[in-house]
Amino acid sequence: MDLYPLWNSIRIALISSVLVFFLGIALAYYVARLPKILKGVLDVIFTLPLVLPPTVCGWFLLMIFGAKRPFGMFLAQFGVKFVMTWYGGILAAMIVAFPLMYRTARGAFESFDERLAWSGKTLGLSNSFIFWRIRMPACKQGIIAGVVLAFARALGEYGATTMLIGYTPGKTATISTTVYQLWRTDNDHEAMLWVLVNLAISAVVLLAVNLLESRERKAGKKVKA
Amino acid sequence: MSISVDIHKSFGSFELDCRFSSEGGVMGLLGASGCGKTMTLQCIAGVQKPDSGRIVVGDRVLFDSEKKINLVPQERHVGYLFQNYALFPNMTVEQNIECSLIGQSRVNHTRIPKAERKDRISAIIKSMRLDGLEKRKPAQLSGGQQQRVALGRILIGSPDIILMDEPMNALDSFLKEKLRQELIEILSDFNKDAIIVTHDRTEAYEMCEHLAVMDNGSVVASGNAKELFDHPGNRTAAVLTGCKNIATAQKISDHEVFVPSWGILLQSAEHVREGVCAVGIRAHYFYPAEVRNSNPVTITETIEQPFEWIIKFRYAAQDPASEAIWWRIPKSGHALPAAEVLGVAPEDVLLLY
Repeated sequence: MDLYPLWNSIRIALISSVLVFFLGIALAYYVARLPKILKGVLDVIFTLPLVLPPTVCGWFLLMIFGAKRPFGMFLAQFGVKFVMTWYGGILAAMIVAFPLMYRTARGAFESFDERLAWSGKTLGLSNSFIFWRIRMPACKQGIIAGVVLAFARALGEYGATTMLIGYTPGKTATISTTVYQLWRTDNDHEAMLWVLVNLAISAVVLLAVNLLESRERKAGKKVKA
Repeated sequence: MSISVDIHKSFGSFELDCRFSSEGGVMGLLGASGCGKTMTLQCIAGVQKPDSGRIVVGDRVLFDSEKKINLVPQERHVGYLFQNYALFPNMTVEQNIECSLIGQSRVNHTRIPKAERKDRISAIIKSMRLDGLEKRKPAQLSGGQQQRVALGRILIGSPDIILMDEPMNALDSFLKEKLRQELIEILSDFNKDAIIVTHDRTEAYEMCEHLAVMDNGSVVASGNAKELFDHPGNRTAAVLTGCKNIATAQKISDHEVFVPSWGILLQSAEHVREGVCAVGIRAHYFYPAEVRNSNPVTITETIEQPFEWIIKFRYAAQDPASEAIWWRIPKSGHALPAAEVLGVAPEDVLLLY
């Protein structure tokens, strides 16, 4: 069995969830403090990929990064091509995973007690210290949940991926596109193997989340006692 | 350190227009919730920005809308004790206190050597009686301990002045009385001036030398705390300093007012100025044996409290539409007192303008 789809899926999911982590946190942080109307508009835009069919997201990506589109042609001058390349998959995964990170992070930031940040300021602490050492730890649970959801979503991404990077064995193939191709070509046996691989990864991720949560809960209980 | 505040800020339909000053010591801002006292503190600390005005602590201008001065909170050297203490939940007691040193060395551009840091932290932990709790997280501490951590965290940074927002509110009531004195002792040990925001008149009376009474966004009365309780001067201040019985009054002569709704004349020790609009009598100041301002009464209701009686009564000629008058009397082992006449000393009649 060629393990390329496993490796490709994991690197796409990892890289895109790291990027989505920073992007989601930064935008969630700034949107949370915008005036109401602007906040509402941006909220809709940033959450749209969550409710749109992934194929529609893929279509939008093609409209922007397609080889014959102005921006696509511009990027091609620097040798960057998101269509039919493995790293195009990062873009596709980011688009669909972003709303999950953004929304959970925003929820966490909004429930943060601003007085903690204020007291940090009156103590003379820098804004970046307050952000990374006080705000982020306090919002840890929501942010971890967001990252895990984003990673899981990126790993399972199919629609936008297949639109943007298609399926080329050994080049752009991911687990989800491989399963589809194998099933389409009546290779049920190997398709099942990949399904099992996918199940195993998902189980590990969910188990890790549960472990993290129960550790948090235990820590919480100890604190109360 | 002296402080002078003159700020204006409007949000929605609320107008904050707060003006007061203090020459040092412990100053209190007394007011009902929603009167703008917390907002005032936040403006002094720099976490909220007034629309206009001026804030000066000592000889440092923290905010001046005309000269476009608005120091960031980090540069104000103002300590802020939050109502919930705002300890960082992810850090231990030690780390919480250390944050103040980190902030201080950042603001002053100095490096505090590790050994000195350690010494200062353990010194403050000792003086706040937090020995043995260094490695605990805030959630593992009692309310009183949390308050001391928050205070230690502020004091180690030696701010020019400390602002306290309802410092006793998060504590159990039996602890409050004990910790009030402790807090005052800490402030005087460290020789720190403070502004205490509170809605609790006992707290204000006990802890503060000077008081400013706030109502609906502005200061309605200010002065020495004891004098302010003796002569609140206006209705709002009388209510906020705990005067239960207030009624509209008319001037009759230089030392006499008529209270229509109670149907009585009252002698006052103080000279009655023109424009007197009401009188107040504190619930503790009625005496059956007092012959001055003595009038027949009918008791309508008695409420038993742990250490005192609250007795509601009406004067013989009292307007039926007006509220019953409160009389509080210590139990001191006696049975419920029966009284047919009650008197008030003329010096206990508060004239309100």
